[in-house]
Amino acid sequence: MSASAETTATAETEGAPPRRQALADFWFYFSENRGAVGGLVLVVLLILMAIGADLIAPHDPTQQFRDHLLIPPAWQEGGTWAFPLGTDAVGRDLMSRLIHGARFSLFVGLIVVSISLTVGISLGLMAGYFRGWVEAAIMRVMDVILAFPSLLLALVLVAILGPGLVNAMIAIAVVLQPHFVRLTRAQVLSVAAQDYVTASRTVGAGPLRLMVITILPNCMPPLIVQATLSFSTAILDAAALGFLGLGAQPPTPEWGTMLAEAREFITRAWWVVTFPGLAILVTVLAFNLMGDGLRDALDPKLKRT
Amino acid sequence: MSDAVLEAPVLEAPVLEAGELTRHYQVRGQGLFGKPATVHALDGASFTLTPGRTLAVVGESGCGKSTLARLLTMIEPPTSGRLVIDGLDLTKAGKAERAALRRTVQIVFQDPYGSLNPRQRVGDILAEPLKINTDLTADQRRQRVVEIMDQVGLRREFFDRYPHMFSGGQRQRIAIARALMLDPRILVLDEPVSALDVSIQAQVLNLLADLQERLQLAYLFISHDLSVVRHIADEVMVMYLGRPVEHAPRDALFGNPRHPYTRALLSATPSADPDQRRQRIRLSGELPSPLNPPPGCPFHPRCPLANERCHQEIPAALDVPGHGLAACHAVEEGRDG
Repeated sequence: MSASAETTATAETEGAPPRRQALADFWFYFSENRGAVGGLVLVVLLILMAIGADLIAPHDPTQQFRDHLLIPPAWQEGGTWAFPLGTDAVGRDLMSRLIHGARFSLFVGLIVVSISLTVGISLGLMAGYFRGWVEAAIMRVMDVILAFPSLLLALVLVAILGPGLVNAMIAIAVVLQPHFVRLTRAQVLSVAAQDYVTASRTVGAGPLRLMVITILPNCMPPLIVQATLSFSTAILDAAALGFLGLGAQPPTPEWGTMLAEAREFITRAWWVVTFPGLAILVTVLAFNLMGDGLRDALDPKLKRT
Repeated sequence: MSDAVLEAPVLEAPVLEAGELTRHYQVRGQGLFGKPATVHALDGASFTLTPGRTLAVVGESGCGKSTLARLLTMIEPPTSGRLVIDGLDLTKAGKAERAALRRTVQIVFQDPYGSLNPRQRVGDILAEPLKINTDLTADQRRQRVVEIMDQVGLRREFFDRYPHMFSGGQRQRIAIARALMLDPRILVLDEPVSALDVSIQAQVLNLLADLQERLQLAYLFISHDLSVVRHIADEVMVMYLGRPVEHAPRDALFGNPRHPYTRALLSATPSADPDQRRQRIRLSGELPSPLNPPPGCPFHPRCPLANERCHQEIPAALDVPGHGLAACHAVEEGRDG
């Protein structure tokens, strides 16, 4: 993600045609995929919604309207436009809670992906560059993490660290870690064999320079794709942990937590479970669609000729 | 530096001396409990490089040419043998001396598409050696880069472009410019023109010849294209299975090849002159695996002149009067006719 930001920056500051050309190429491939563009639009809307939550939301997400418990959505009998999507069991406006919930979900995704990406790239670079026992040590640890079912491992970690959104994020980051490490290592292995890396070495480039300046930029495209796809996994896992009572704690309007709170009313009030569930579905879908589009546009192995 | 060199006589002291240079690789055996094996990639190569002169190394794939290039450019250390560059013995040199020697030997690779970082601008690619090895400011670096770009025939506008915008020949010019950035005294050219069109090959070869004359560079020219070698080389070293089998001045080697392998190699070169069609010597069999080289002379399984001695004794490189060096019992015994 940082690479694409950097791309835009250099293209704008120096007006260099090749980067602009690369961007144009990228957009050409990306926009060919309707789903990806749809995903991108949804993601942008979600981000805007999360940023402007205080302005858009009709009510405070934690304010309880004791006279309006379990009000159905506005278009149903008994609904009112004061609460467009109805209220939950303690009279909180569902729509406001969902809008504020977008903040938490995106926040979780952002933090988790940042952690996994940073640590994953560092470990993967070291493993792929130094080989030998460094590689063996790093990759075996990653294999051990991968051997556990991911949600189970996250549960164990949260159980150890204690419930809460921050701990849940750390746990999810640890669980997602191995994918980044493996991907980076595989990329480094193929890039490090290129002649331009050898050429840099013959002019005396040190390991740090080789790793960060020569090798890493050529490893980025698949990592960007993986980061986008992990974003949705992180949101989904955070919701799952929230649902199990180990993620965000009430009254935080986190989508998974909202689902958990609404579980007992599932037969009486369909809206309290349906809307948070839909919110999770749409968000995850949007990121996955966008990730697939990115993969098509950035991954040369899949690029159509 | 270049001024001093220009005043020196044409034939001066060697800038590089290699003695019995050897590189073995350990590979894991087949299967989980397979025995580890040793690849004899390079088995005792000795030669010298002199400023202003070109030593061409020829041989088929897998004969150790590229390993030789990797040893000279200090990408890998030799398993054994002596490598003296610019008066400094590399096997005994410390880390700082090694770093200094890196500047002396630079390399140009075969594939101009793989040897330039696609994410760096030409200017950055060329400035990188200076950035790492000198204290020049950004402006001074830029000035130096532009200077070298002029020398190899690249226009200044190319400074801010990316490698993918160039043709193979231009890319190879960029690669040559990069190799020249640190004022090296030796260039290792690892099949520098074999990936290029014939018309571009000539341009790049002429550029290399120009640069050699102007900068008094010593070239180690690795190739499998004998017509290119005949054009550019002063001396030729023929390798077979990690060993030099014949080493002679160009005209002697092409005019009167002594080693049976060299003869076979030369007879395989297509000639444009129908009257000069020589009898083609066909070699039977395959190149033996360097994992398990045959005992005795490595060439004996395919050699038409092999006798009992060749099966047992590894021939030493002996001086052939008026010619050069040849490692062959048949030549030594006068059986080569």
